[in-house]
Amino acid sequence: MLSIMPLCWLEHLSLHNETGLDPPDIRVRAVPGLVAADYFAPGYFVWAVLIENLAKIGYEGKNMYMAAYDWRLSFQNTEIRDQALSRLKSKIELMYVTNGYKKVVVVPHSMGVLYFLHFMKWVESPPPMGGGGGPDWCAKHIKAVMNIGPAFLGVPKAVSNIFSAEGKDVAFVRAVAPGVLDSELLGLQTLEHIMRVSRTWDSVISLLPKGGDTIWGNLDWSPEEGNSCDLDKKANAQLSTGDVNFNHSDGTRGFRVKEPVKYGRIISFGKAASQIPSSRLPSPDLKELLRLRSSAGLSLSCGEVLTEYDEISRESIKRIAENKAYTAQNAFDLLRFVAPKLMQRAEAHFSHGIADNLDDPKYDHYKYWSNPLETKLPHAPEMEIYCLYGVGIPTERSYVYKQSPSDKCKSIPFRIDSSADGEPDSCLKSGVYFVDGDESVPVSSAGFMCAKGWKGRTRFNPAGISTYIREYRHKPPASLLEGRGVESGAHVDIMGNFAFIEDVMRVAAGATGSDIGGDRIHSDIVKMSQRINVQL
Amino acid sequence: MALLRRRNKASGSGTKEEEEGAEIEVEEDDDKNKKEKKKLGKTEKANSSKKAKEKWSCVDSCCWLIGCICTIWWLLLFLYKAMPASFPQFVTEAITGPLPDPPGLKLRKEGLRAEHPVVFVPGIVTGGLELWEGHQCAEGLFRKRLWGGTFGEVYKRPSCWVEHMSLDNETGLDPPGVRVRPVSGLVAADYFAPGYFVWAVLIANLARVGYEEKNMYMAAYDWRLSFQNTEVRDQTLSRIKSNIELMVATNGGKKAVILPHSMGVLYFLHFMKWVEAPAPMGGGGGPDWCSKHIKAVINIGGPFLGVPKAVAGLFSAEAKDIAVARAIAPGFLDNDRFRLQTLQHVMRMTRTWDSTLSMIPKGGDTIWGGMDWSPEEGYSPSREKQRNNDTQFSQSEIVNYGRIISFGKDVAEAPSSEIERVDFRGAIKGSNVANTTCRDVWTEYHDMGLGGIRAVADHKVYTAESIIDLLYFVAPKMMARSSAHFSYGIADNLEDPKYSHYKYWSNPLETKLPNAPDMEIFSLYGVGIPTERAYIYESSPSAECYIPFQINTSANGDIEDSCLKDGVYTVDGDETVPVLSAGFMCAKGWRGKTRFNPSGIKTYIREYDHSPPSHLLEGRGTQSGAHVDIMGNFALIEDIIRVAAGAKGEDLGGDKVYSDIFKWSDKISLPL
Repeated sequence: MLSIMPLCWLEHLSLHNETGLDPPDIRVRAVPGLVAADYFAPGYFVWAVLIENLAKIGYEGKNMYMAAYDWRLSFQNTEIRDQALSRLKSKIELMYVTNGYKKVVVVPHSMGVLYFLHFMKWVESPPPMGGGGGPDWCAKHIKAVMNIGPAFLGVPKAVSNIFSAEGKDVAFVRAVAPGVLDSELLGLQTLEHIMRVSRTWDSVISLLPKGGDTIWGNLDWSPEEGNSCDLDKKANAQLSTGDVNFNHSDGTRGFRVKEPVKYGRIISFGKAASQIPSSRLPSPDLKELLRLRSSAGLSLSCGEVLTEYDEISRESIKRIAENKAYTAQNAFDLLRFVAPKLMQRAEAHFSHGIADNLDDPKYDHYKYWSNPLETKLPHAPEMEIYCLYGVGIPTERSYVYKQSPSDKCKSIPFRIDSSADGEPDSCLKSGVYFVDGDESVPVSSAGFMCAKGWKGRTRFNPAGISTYIREYRHKPPASLLEGRGVESGAHVDIMGNFAFIEDVMRVAAGATGSDIGGDRIHSDIVKMSQRINVQL
Repeated sequence: MALLRRRNKASGSGTKEEEEGAEIEVEEDDDKNKKEKKKLGKTEKANSSKKAKEKWSCVDSCCWLIGCICTIWWLLLFLYKAMPASFPQFVTEAITGPLPDPPGLKLRKEGLRAEHPVVFVPGIVTGGLELWEGHQCAEGLFRKRLWGGTFGEVYKRPSCWVEHMSLDNETGLDPPGVRVRPVSGLVAADYFAPGYFVWAVLIANLARVGYEEKNMYMAAYDWRLSFQNTEVRDQTLSRIKSNIELMVATNGGKKAVILPHSMGVLYFLHFMKWVEAPAPMGGGGGPDWCSKHIKAVINIGGPFLGVPKAVAGLFSAEAKDIAVARAIAPGFLDNDRFRLQTLQHVMRMTRTWDSTLSMIPKGGDTIWGGMDWSPEEGYSPSREKQRNNDTQFSQSEIVNYGRIISFGKDVAEAPSSEIERVDFRGAIKGSNVANTTCRDVWTEYHDMGLGGIRAVADHKVYTAESIIDLLYFVAPKMMARSSAHFSYGIADNLEDPKYSHYKYWSNPLETKLPNAPDMEIFSLYGVGIPTERAYIYESSPSAECYIPFQINTSANGDIEDSCLKDGVYTVDGDETVPVLSAGFMCAKGWRGKTRFNPSGIKTYIREYDHSPPSHLLEGRGTQSGAHVDIMGNFALIEDIIRVAAGAKGEDLGGDKVYSDIFKWSDKISLPL
């Protein structure tokens, strides 16, 4: 059915553009139980391997629980519409009691990590906004939180996804059902349709980069600078550090050749703009653009595929492109401009800053709960937090954009300049700058909180919960027979990584972080974290 | 072909294989034509065109045939996929006229909306079971359904399947190294097998008035275990308690409506006692848990007092469908893979399932009738005829339903004074006569020996009460487990502290209902289908590997429309549960304030008269009264939705009765 009626399917997946809840008369619900996430598309294991291995040491339906939630909704809305958070709380309490008062081990993956952060704050907050579990709920019920591929500080992919629906796999739909969406059945509007659907999903917004320039770097600086993109060589041959610099061959333009990549510029228009020193960039004047917005849009004939771009005039599109470079902080201004409705909902449910004073009562609001930089961890000194993620795969970090040919009706006016390539072995490929990571989440987003933000007793972690980093170096499957590999470090495939599964099982069977060997680090996460200057 | 060969010789190219491709031959044709143009006349040319036709070999036609079939297949598939979803419905409507709205839609138009959370309690057999840990032979079946779904594994590795589905014969729990667990979630029992709905129609209709995952819950449990063991092994009862509490809390304090089906009815009776009993045996919910959390219990086809079928199932694995595995996978069990031992295998497996024991008839002779008496006597199966000319029919055949098992038809009909009976209880079981070839098919019959078997047959007639003794005699191990988990009597004094033991909780005649005066209990069941009630047995030819008793299928009634067919006496019911068992508690046992119902919970009976689907397109019918098919009965679904949306029993119209249940209940003299 799916391959025949993509339009109908899209309609059912899209949520209401203003409330972020169901459109009238359509209800799609999360599938509960262990069936929900294992084999969610045939042959596409997500949790199946892990579940199967846990079953070997005696786990079964009664002591495993899949906290399925509607991943399209914002976190608080899952409670409002489906009471998903109450459900999760009740399930954890039940398991705690029926398994002889043994605390639970929580294993969230990817966005689930943020969802569970939100849950931990929610459950201890007083009703009606919270779950009313009391201030020691987490300490009483949770042994460890094993975050897999955590996107604590967001992913740059989310920006490009919202901006032009082009992130390589946050566009979930596309990754899962490529046959449907890349087919010609939708004509040339595939991307626009995806955009329309995915823009109604509030949850994507939780994945926008958090912490602004402090974390992600500004026009001239980024924590990853000096990163070698030649990840394979680095892994295999341990090349000397001489290779760290890049030889950009754009000699004709006369730019400084050995300048490290400016990852801080998450979006830049044109390859040149991604490399020139900041003094030569025009200063951002988005405020002015916002005023321009009121001028009526053009191309009414394109109303069928309603992305909000239709409402933006050509002129302002040009102005956006003239701006040249955007950092994590002003990327928000950009998004606010191109997708005002989406961002309006976003601001109500998520926040992406850094708290100055965590004791400020405003931080009791739920929109801060999923941002680790604006919440305190619960008071549970015996709890353990793990960051488990893959490294050794180039991961999208910043983008080189260009304007689309403007005559095309209904098209998204910007797209990644896939002709922008660096030298072989450089970080720039097809208009995307890569850093180390697990293909979706850069190392700095996955590891920073465990490496620095929460390490020891900090203001984000007042109880001094111990944190552990476990990195898994990616090795592609040695032979075809191996399927997706037992040593993979990729964002989803890591769930089949044997070393990873072993760690999870040891902790589930009662081991503590130091029993399994404490930190295990392959990447430069510690060095990168030191460069980030957050008050702790 | 002859032509071809001749031509090849003529052109001097030697002997060519006939099977070579057509193109080469055509080329040859051309060459030859050029060479021999002068020699050959026009007639030869005509011949050569004929040749081309005759070269059409068998292989070619095969290829063409296959090609055509594939193309047509593909085309049909394409058309089928391209067909709009509403097409089948359109066709149906074109043939039969407009269909009535499904009840969900109809009630939605009336303005009914989801109100109370709904809990489904599936019955025996209908819940899916999946494998979590198994032996070598079950490699690759992790979390695949062993029970339910397509039953594919049954065909692929039958003995492995039987091994994994069986429980330990002494503990009634998992055998070592095997973990088979219930599937959880609504998918557990919405469809039993592809296309065979159980709860799906009801769920779809509830969804129409606004129900969804958060206010529907499938209380899936392992239906092979005894009820208390589901708590011991899986904490299923705690799970149900916690889920009901959660749903009531998240739905603004609205109490839950419970929908148990079949054996689920007994399971939920057990639950209601368990939840209010103090820990550790009970759930410690306090004495007002039920009144605080439950609005109504809507029992669907509930075998409150057991079913006679269960006896036949346990005694000889022959009942028409309690021999569950057989009914579901007839192809498998009747085939020759097990050679002649199929029934023994089934018996060995089902005897390890404690839950079947919960359905042995309860209440003994008081309820089910004695040697000469039964509440249903005078019942005639041809109800329509009886209504038209009720003159002599009741005279012609008086059936002694009370004799649930009799050996020989003459015994079943003779007055009790004429039957010579030999007590079997003292009989000495003979030495083990089973020869070694039968050893792999282990039933307890082999321990009985010929003497024991003869003693059983000599007792001639068994009533509901003596059947329990009979089962103790033929299957001591099973009944030892049974007596620890279930009880089949009638309580004299409900205040006796012994009744706080869990083995009494699923017997409505030995427990009090909870103190919840606002709660309502409904009993919904189908009527109008002949239902097994008593059996005529015979000793089977004593080949040693057989089960020594079998139903005498040659015993038929003397008159047309007799209750006796193929050795089975039938009464009114829903094909599985006789009316008496489904209706008695609500018609009499719990009606008003009785000792079984001290708080005076209101009870209602809703019967649904069976009418078979009028034509094939209707599938299993929207007015069926059969035990499982009733779940698709529109009238039943409508009643359920109304209650779930807030209606009370009176709003539905109180009792709706087609059968003689009130008359029969009056005949039962039970102190209330």
